[in-house]
Order: sequence, then C-alpha cells, then structure tokens
Amino acid sequence: MQKITREVLIEKAASLLNEGVVSAVYGWKKGEFVYDVTPALFTTTEELEKEFVWGDFCGANFSKYLVASTRKIEGKILVFLKPCDTYSFNQLLTEHRFDREKVYAVGIPCEGMADVSKVKAAAGEGIIAIESTEEGLAVTTLYNDAPVVVPYAEALAERCINCKSKKHVAYDELIGEEGDVLESGRFDQVAELEAMTPDERFAFWQNELSKCIRCNACRDVCPACTCEKCVFNNPVSGAETKAPMGTFEEKMFHIIRAFHVAGRCTDCGECSRVCPQDIPLHLLNRKFIKDINTHYGEYQAGAEVGSRAPLVNYTTEDVEPCDVFERGDKNA
Amino acid sequence: MSENREALIPHIGVITDVRIDTPDIKTFRVVTPDGKKAFDHRPGQCAMLSIPGVGEAMFSITSSPTNTEFMEFSIKKCGCVTEWLHQAEAGQQITIRGPYGNPFPVDDVFAGKNLLFVAGGVGLAPLRSVINYCRHYRDRYGKIDIVYGSRSKDDLLDYKEIIEEWTRDENVNVYLTIDREQEGWDGHVGFVPNYVKELNFDTDKVAVLCGPPIMIKFTLEGLKSLGFDKTQVYTTLELRMKCGVGKCGRCNVGAKYVCKDGPVFRCDELDELPSEY
Amino acid sequence: MRKCTAANLDKLFAAIAENAALYLPVDDEKGTAQYKKWAEGTVMSNALNTAKSPKDFFFPQSEDLMKFKTQGKTIELTDIRDEKEDFVVFGVRACDVRSFDILDRVFLVDPRDSYYASRREKGVIVSLACSKPTETCFCSAFGIDATNPAGDVTAWKTEEGFFFKANTEKGEKLMASLEGLTEECTEEAVEAQKAKTAAILEKLPLADLDTDKFGGGKTAELFNDPAWAELSRSCLGCGTCTFVCPTCQCYDIKDFNTGREVIRYRCWDSCMYSEFTRMAHGNNRNSQLERFRQRFMHKLVYYPENNEGIFGCVGCGRCLAKCPISMNIVKVMKTVGGKKDE
Repeated sequence: MQKITREVLIEKAASLLNEGVVSAVYGWKKGEFVYDVTPALFTTTEELEKEFVWGDFCGANFSKYLVASTRKIEGKILVFLKPCDTYSFNQLLTEHRFDREKVYAVGIPCEGMADVSKVKAAAGEGIIAIESTEEGLAVTTLYNDAPVVVPYAEALAERCINCKSKKHVAYDELIGEEGDVLESGRFDQVAELEAMTPDERFAFWQNELSKCIRCNACRDVCPACTCEKCVFNNPVSGAETKAPMGTFEEKMFHIIRAFHVAGRCTDCGECSRVCPQDIPLHLLNRKFIKDINTHYGEYQAGAEVGSRAPLVNYTTEDVEPCDVFERGDKNA
Repeated sequence: MSENREALIPHIGVITDVRIDTPDIKTFRVVTPDGKKAFDHRPGQCAMLSIPGVGEAMFSITSSPTNTEFMEFSIKKCGCVTEWLHQAEAGQQITIRGPYGNPFPVDDVFAGKNLLFVAGGVGLAPLRSVINYCRHYRDRYGKIDIVYGSRSKDDLLDYKEIIEEWTRDENVNVYLTIDREQEGWDGHVGFVPNYVKELNFDTDKVAVLCGPPIMIKFTLEGLKSLGFDKTQVYTTLELRMKCGVGKCGRCNVGAKYVCKDGPVFRCDELDELPSEY
Repeated sequence: MRKCTAANLDKLFAAIAENAALYLPVDDEKGTAQYKKWAEGTVMSNALNTAKSPKDFFFPQSEDLMKFKTQGKTIELTDIRDEKEDFVVFGVRACDVRSFDILDRVFLVDPRDSYYASRREKGVIVSLACSKPTETCFCSAFGIDATNPAGDVTAWKTEEGFFFKANTEKGEKLMASLEGLTEECTEEAVEAQKAKTAAILEKLPLADLDTDKFGGGKTAELFNDPAWAELSRSCLGCGTCTFVCPTCQCYDIKDFNTGREVIRYRCWDSCMYSEFTRMAHGNNRNSQLERFRQRFMHKLVYYPENNEGIFGCVGCGRCLAKCPISMNIVKVMKTVGGKKDE
C-alpha cells in the first residue's frame, strides 16, 4: 500500500500547473480495471482530478518518455519519479538524451508495486475491484462472494521484492521522506544461474528465450534503448529482423541488447514487467551488473549524472581479460 | 502456367536489355528463360521484381500489353532493389510475379474519348503502357494530348521514342517541358502544372496524371480551374508493398489495398480515402 | 451429443494423437498456458486461454516460402514448403475460433494463400466452451457466444467430463474415430452449463461495450477524431498487441542469406512499427498516432467495410492483458467517436 495519497500528488501537480511552473504532467491514468493504468500527459486540473491515479499498480517508469516529449512540448514537464525511476532519469541525463531544464522532477516514495499476474494467481480470474487495505489487496472477483485479501508480500512484483533503493537520486522536489539504498537479493538468481553447468544454463535460456515473440516491447520500453534507429530495425545494418528465423536468432536479439545496455542498464526491471511471454529478461542485465561489480568494483548506473561507466572508462586497475577468461574456464 | 499457382512464388525472369534513359532511370527488358513474356497484363498494372537476397519491390509495367514479346520496366534508382538493378547487365536473371492491381479503364471509360496524359519525371513509366496501348488501338480513342516534364532535358524518359514515334503520330500532341532553362533546349520551360494551365485544355476529355505527389496536387488544381471535374481525372498511387495481393496489410489505406484496389484511382475516389497516401 | 468421462480423457487424447498431431493448452512452469503437442502424460491446462493465440497453427510467426540458389547470373528457385501433417487443435475458445474465420477472409480469398490454405485443410478445430470468462473478455460485443463456440467439433467441459458435438464433416470424422471412447448422451449438463455461463457473461464489466459507433463506412466520421492523439500518446510502438492478437495478419516477406542460398520467408509484421510503411522516398504514416489509428481503424472500420460488417476483433482480451502501457481496443472503443455518456 502506498503511503502517499493520490490527492497529495494531484495537489502538487495542480499547483505547479496553475503557477505556470510546468505546462504538462506525466502521471498514471485510470484504466478499466484498477490495475490497467496507462502513462498519460495531463495538462489541466480537471483531467488530473478525473483520471489521475496513484496506487499499487503504477509501475510504469516515465523517464524514457521525456526523451521525445521534452522536444515536443513547450515549457516544463512535471514528472513523478519513484526511487527506481530516478536512476533511469539520471542515466538518460548522463547520455544527454533530454534537456534537464525542461523537466520538473518530483520524487515520490514507493512501497513497491503489485504484479497483477501474482494477484490473479492468488485471488483468481475475473477481477472487478481491487482495494488497497492495511492487510493487503482486497480483490473482488466475479467468482468470489467476499473480497480475497492478497498480502502485499505475495502481490509484489519481483523487481520490488528485490528493490535496490528507496533513495531518490534525482529530483527538484521530494514528497515524503528520503529513503536508503537497500541491500537486496537481486543477484541471488544470477548466482543460481552461475552455479549451473553450461548445459543447464543453456537449457534454462533456451526454454525462456524460445517463448520470445519478438514484439520488441522490452526494447521499446527500456530507458537505456534510446537509439534513434535500432540496428534491428535498420535494413542496412545487416541485422534487421522481425521474427526469430531460428532459435539462434531470438537469443541473438536479447543477448545483443543485453550487451548494448551493459553498464547503462539501471536494473529498473521494465523489460520483464512488459514481456507478454513472462521471460525474466532482467536476469541477463543483472548478470552484466553483477560481473561489472565483480571485475571493476561496485557500480550503479544512474546513481549520479555524468559518471563514467566502467566499460567505457579505462583505468590501470581494470581487470585483465585473462582473469575474465579464467572465470569462464572454471565454469565450463 | 497453372491456375492454382501460389501468388507469392515468382517466375524466373531474364533481363535481356538495359537501356540508360536518364542519369538515374534505366529501362529493363524482361522475358522468361525460354524467351517469352512472363504473363499478360493490362495497361497500368504492376509486377513484383526481386533479386534474391536483396529484396522484392513493385514496379509498374512500362511496356504496352500489345507488346507480345517482352515486358519493360523503367526504374529510377532510389533504394536497395533499384540500386542493385541499376548494376545489372543483360543476361542477369531476376524474379518476376504479377500482374498486380487494377488497370486504367482503357476499354470502357477511355473508349471513344479524347485523352490527356500528364506526367512528371519517372511518372511517365506507368503512362507509357497506356499511351502505347491507345496508340496501338488508335481508332478507338479521340485526340491524345501528352504533357510531360522533367527537371532537365537529360531527365526526360523515353525521349527517343517520344520524338521519333509519338510526335509523328496523327492526332497526338506532345508537349514537353523542363523545369529550368538549359543549353540546347528550345522547348517550353516551366513546371508541369503551370504548363497544363497555360495550354488551356478543353474539358472534353479524360485526364490521366502520374508523377510526384506535389505535381499531382497542383495539376489537379490546375485542371479544376480549367473546368475539369474530379471524375474525369485518373491517377496512380504508390505505397510500400510486400505481397501484392491485398493480404500483407502494408498498402492498406482506408478500406482499400493499393496493390489490389489500386494503383489506379479516379480522383474523386481518392477523396473517400483517409489522407494517408 | 457424445460424452467422454474424465477417466477416459487421456485415452481420448491418445486416440486422437494416433492419427494426427494433437495440440492443446498446457501450463508451462510458471503456470502460463501455451499450445503444446500432446504426448503421454501431458496435462491439459485449466486456464481460460493461452497467452499466445492459436493463429500460429495456420499463420505461423515465421515460415519459409521458397529457396533460391544463385550462380553467376542465374537463379534457381525451389518451393520448399513441407507437406504438413494432419493435426487437431483441442480446446480453442469461441473468440479464437472466430479469429480463424476472420483470417480466412483474408488468406482464402482470391488469390488464395496456399500456405495458409493447406494448413487450414489439414487442421481440425475442437473448440471448448467457456465456463469462467474473465474481466477482460468482451467476445459478446462481436456476437460471439462463448458458451457455444464454432469449430469442427464443439466441446464442453463439466465436472462429469467432456461433451462433444460435431459441426462439420471433418468434425464428424474425428468423432467417429473416437466412438469407442465416447458415449451418446443428453444435452442436459451442457445446457445447464450454458445457462450458468450466460449469467456470468452478462455480469462482465465489458458486457455492454458498444460497437454501434464502428463498422464499414465510418472512416470519415472517425478518422480525424481528436481522441486519437491522446490515446496514442504513450504508445511505445512495440508489436505486443499485434503479435498476441488472434486476428492481426499483416506480414513481411524477407530474404535470409545463409551464405549458400537465400531463403525467402514471411513473418508477422506490425502496422504499429515505424518501418512498416517506409519506402525509399518516404513514409505515408510518419507518426505513432497514424500507425496506432491504422491498427484500430482496420479492425473496427476497414475490415468490416470489406467483410459484410464483421469486425476484425474477437474480444479475446489478450491486448488488454498484455499491452505494456495498458492501452487497448476497449479504451479506443470507449473514447473514439465520443463517450457514451457525453
């Protein structure tokens, strides 16, 4: 359950709009069934009051939208950022992807977002209402007479269970109290994968990636994927593909993407959230993050603006390729 | 050729002749490996040409259906497939499938009428098929006026054929124009739409336009100012196509598929479509 | 009507699988249902529907069309389609059964797509009536009866077992081959289930979704609706809705050079993609607004205009569940052309 109410955010947005500080507001818009919240741009108090929502299903990270909208919209844009969103925000600034002056960032605390598939698994299909209560999400369905309460711990999205930080690393204004960077278990599953034999690991990824339908949702939502023209869309790149030609190719897409965002991925988890086939894509990225931490020292992309990622910054302390090679050898 | 042939599977074609028309347009003569025409077509229809590994693209068939020996395609260099074709030599095999799209209504609407053809640049390519068809069946049509313009004299397509054949035909008037003055050119200078207005054509005819969108737009306005009705004017559309048979969805505009319901449209029919072409 | 007891179900599946490849919804390790080929021990999913639609069976995401070998200036072309085996798809819901009809009207009209047609000929559809529709279901808006789906054979699953009714010659042939495992029965249990489900269908949150604003001939009215701008604003331009949709049929044809030969294949494409209509000299749908509008106008206006008023959506709800930004055809239908209460 979120500690900040929708009303507080609307009041903030409305006053900034009315004072002329911002001309538009990125916020979450009410859907049909409580959980199907859409990222939207609000420009009036009336719209905010009518359709702005804030709750346990507001997972969408707006940072990437700023790349396009700051170029199009006159005046400043207010963007509400959860702690994890601020890392993407900073990373995009590091990469000069949008003009900071065009944004008014309001940090908002987040208690973790619910994953609707987990809610459905616990409460059943046919959701007609979800209420956030102290005990958990009270879910009314077509098939139960009384609401089923799903405790938050059971409903939380994987990325929120393994939340890396409650600290906002960027904002113009913060609502609520500042949180801390957390010790999370986000590399546990990576460690499990590393402990597998190469054959087991191959089988794991073969099984997962064979589900890919190449809808590109992971790429299109990814705040680190802001190329004006992706190699996979570019007919002259020689790598343009729309559908997996074979089992090799679908792996190629995801692995190339993981390499491309290595050192820039903040581990926001949007890729796995949007995957229609529930592929745990974030694990590929976390593997890179874990390796970077191991070989180059702890590094969190987006923790501050302007930091040089280890992979693009040469130092004499850099790991020797032979060390990395040895590690691979040991695992073989 | 079997009736149940899969539309997506092409014939093999052989380029038997490559003619350099302008600095960026070449005309390719295509037959099957045994020297025949790959298939029959109607004036204004198109065919898919491809080079395996490079791609497939739709081109209007430039030669007239009355040519029973081969097909011709006048192709401007502007993308992967066309660039590759421009490097091809005689003897090169390609693939060809078609015919696709609806033809110009040469046997009903055009029959007995005076005809005005207006083309710009490579836009003459689809019209050449109709013009030569109408010239072949000369007695079925009234007076034929042809207004054709390009950037320069060197950019005029089929110049030799126009001068040596079309202009010598009885009751065929050819009006050539180029955009800017040029040494060795004593003909008209100016843009096609303006020339059409200057020529002050009578409205007792059917007009057929083909060229860049901007030329079509202003020529249509010019014709309207001369008193033409949109129902008297035909044009062709060009959109991205893949299947050619109204299934892949690419050339869908409104409820129409340009590959199947077009490329020939009467201008008033275009008004019914959303402005996405 | 024939009945197969729950105890006999595995034998029934085995009997079908003896003569044809049998595909049915099976839960994966995460509990997501996907069509899988039946083998001894396969357990059919209880899920309402599969994550991916069954359109793959007839219009696969990627399929090889032909092969070319080039040598010097010559090209050798080989038709490489493999003779498809007979197959049975078991447990297709009413919405998805209708999607085959929608695809047929594209692929089977002249010139018939022989790749699709041969799969349609080889495939037998055993549909399965719904008994627990969910909040994202709105098939009834398109005149689909979830309690009585079409298909070569219609099946109903109750506590007593499976009930079957053959609807076509192909279906009768299949049922005839299963006579030893099924018994003649009354329609009582099925009728009871139908009534029960119908009552739930009425209570669905999207039960009153209005289609009146849409249909053939509405282009001029809806195309320039200002609502498209807001609806499409956050669209990522990905292909999720298109690829989970049972009726989306746009495709691309591409060549893959293996180094030794060129394989020409076709694969699903999406009108939501920025490259979809791009040509060497421009793009007739340059903005995401135009591409977004195309997808919905096609389903709600253009397709019905060409197909006797039949909408190109079946209300399966997959796009509602899967769109990364939760934008979908229901939100479009409720907004474009004015809201009901305004």
